[in-house]
Amino acid sequence: MKPETRQMLSIIILVALVAGGVLGVSYQYYHWRPTQYMTLATTTSTYDSGLLDYLIPIFESKYNVQVKILSLGTGQAIEVAKRGDADVVLVHARALEEAFIASGYGVHRVGVMYNDFIIIGPKNDPAGIKDMTDAAKAFRKIMEAGKQGRAIFISRADKSGTNVKELEIWTKINVQPSNKTYSWYLEAGAGMGVLVEKDTALLNPYGVIPVNPQKYPQRNYKVAVAFAKFLISEEGQRLIAGFKKGGETLFFPIARDFGKAAQLGFPNQAQEVAWYDTQNPLSLQSIPFATIAVLSALPQFRNELFT
Amino acid sequence: MNPILEGLVKALWLLVSLDPEVYGIMFLSLRVSGFAVILGAALSIPCGATIALRDFRGKRFLMSIINTLMGLPPVVVGLLVYLLLSTSGPLGPFQLLYTPTAMIIAQLIMVIPIITGVTVSAVSAVDKGIREKALSMGATRWQLTVTILREAKIGLLTALIVSFGAAISEVGAVMIVGGNIRWITRVLTTAIVFETELGEFGIALALGIILLLLAFIINWVLTQLQWSGLRR
Repeated sequence: MKPETRQMLSIIILVALVAGGVLGVSYQYYHWRPTQYMTLATTTSTYDSGLLDYLIPIFESKYNVQVKILSLGTGQAIEVAKRGDADVVLVHARALEEAFIASGYGVHRVGVMYNDFIIIGPKNDPAGIKDMTDAAKAFRKIMEAGKQGRAIFISRADKSGTNVKELEIWTKINVQPSNKTYSWYLEAGAGMGVLVEKDTALLNPYGVIPVNPQKYPQRNYKVAVAFAKFLISEEGQRLIAGFKKGGETLFFPIARDFGKAAQLGFPNQAQEVAWYDTQNPLSLQSIPFATIAVLSALPQFRNELFT
Repeated sequence: MNPILEGLVKALWLLVSLDPEVYGIMFLSLRVSGFAVILGAALSIPCGATIALRDFRGKRFLMSIINTLMGLPPVVVGLLVYLLLSTSGPLGPFQLLYTPTAMIIAQLIMVIPIITGVTVSAVSAVDKGIREKALSMGATRWQLTVTILREAKIGLLTALIVSFGAAISEVGAVMIVGGNIRWITRVLTTAIVFETELGEFGIALALGIILLLLAFIINWVLTQLQWSGLRR
């Protein structure tokens, strides 16, 4: 290539890039700009499972809101909300949630759904725990088998919700496992084949908590309440129960099963649900329905292309 | 399919199918890192040139600081910018968190030491004789500066190339201050992390290939500018 052609070409590319950039930016501005935003801080499990990509567009079109989803670690999600950087949290960590309420940053905590943890291991079941329904007993058997060198326990050891739950069960049977004290306990992750499930100790409940408007009046409390109300509404609960991946239901609704909710750490479920039922978020609605239907169908189409 | 092969095929498919989400992500990457580098250059080249052309006490100490900051971990920059822009932080009232602007600020802080440091070396390397010659020919201060910067052109463009590479491939800072929000602040690197965590290695790799292609195009243009008008 001659230097002149080369220079010409680089100028053409430069122009193309600028034009592309302008197009890209205008595309983003063109992309539905709603009248209000809501920031949801949540954990990776709800987002990565695809549950939110399925629920949020329905909520967005109902109330003409655009939801910014932050998929974070549980601790980070709560901390971000505490600093006033989110309007509402959807997490699964009872102790942290209660501290969040107690410190006055969160209000109207309500149970939405649960999923369950399972103990998984090889098919030949060296610890003999298959079909047990008591997680603590199963953990004890694994430990015994481990001490005899017949089994190992693999922990995620990453302070995730899953890991916290696992440690809770070890604490229940007065064991403090670690790589250093027990050779059968490995702090890394992998596994296969379900062995133990259906113990309430292994259930993983999710709560939704709007950020207290008295702490952060600049946050969008009204939409946060609308969002929580949507999740625990008959419709929201039906949608959650209907969400399947590979034919399996991933999340089980509990908002309107007050007994179950109380058992899973939401003692005020009945009062909170009654409170949400008195709230009226309908005033948020403003865009004509047809516009919303078209706009909310677009991302789903793209989603199919992308995955 | 082998994930690497799958990545190549998917990358090609995403590009030719003009997937709007992928193009949106690409242009956001380009826009954020491009702005950061342009603003960074506007601030850092004058600073770097001034440091290089003047002798003062503590110059070496200052250079050591700048060179250290060149290695600042993006996550740390992200965390600092997050704390600044957070609603509870000093710049909270501007509500810039989780916007492309926040991402530009974070990357700007990252590229400033890189551009300054490389500029200092490039300008310092300009032959002293050229300075004296220009002065003896009666150049004004402004003409002298232009002459020196022109002599240092290769080094200055290296500063742009290096800082752009650092910015567009950086993930720690944009993840924290941008939040990887779909349609709003998701860029190529955060999308790669996200798809990897989902176990979608093919798509993650495809996005990686797109990132490299994008970087190659930009670098090709910058390299043309770098060597134009010079004997090869």
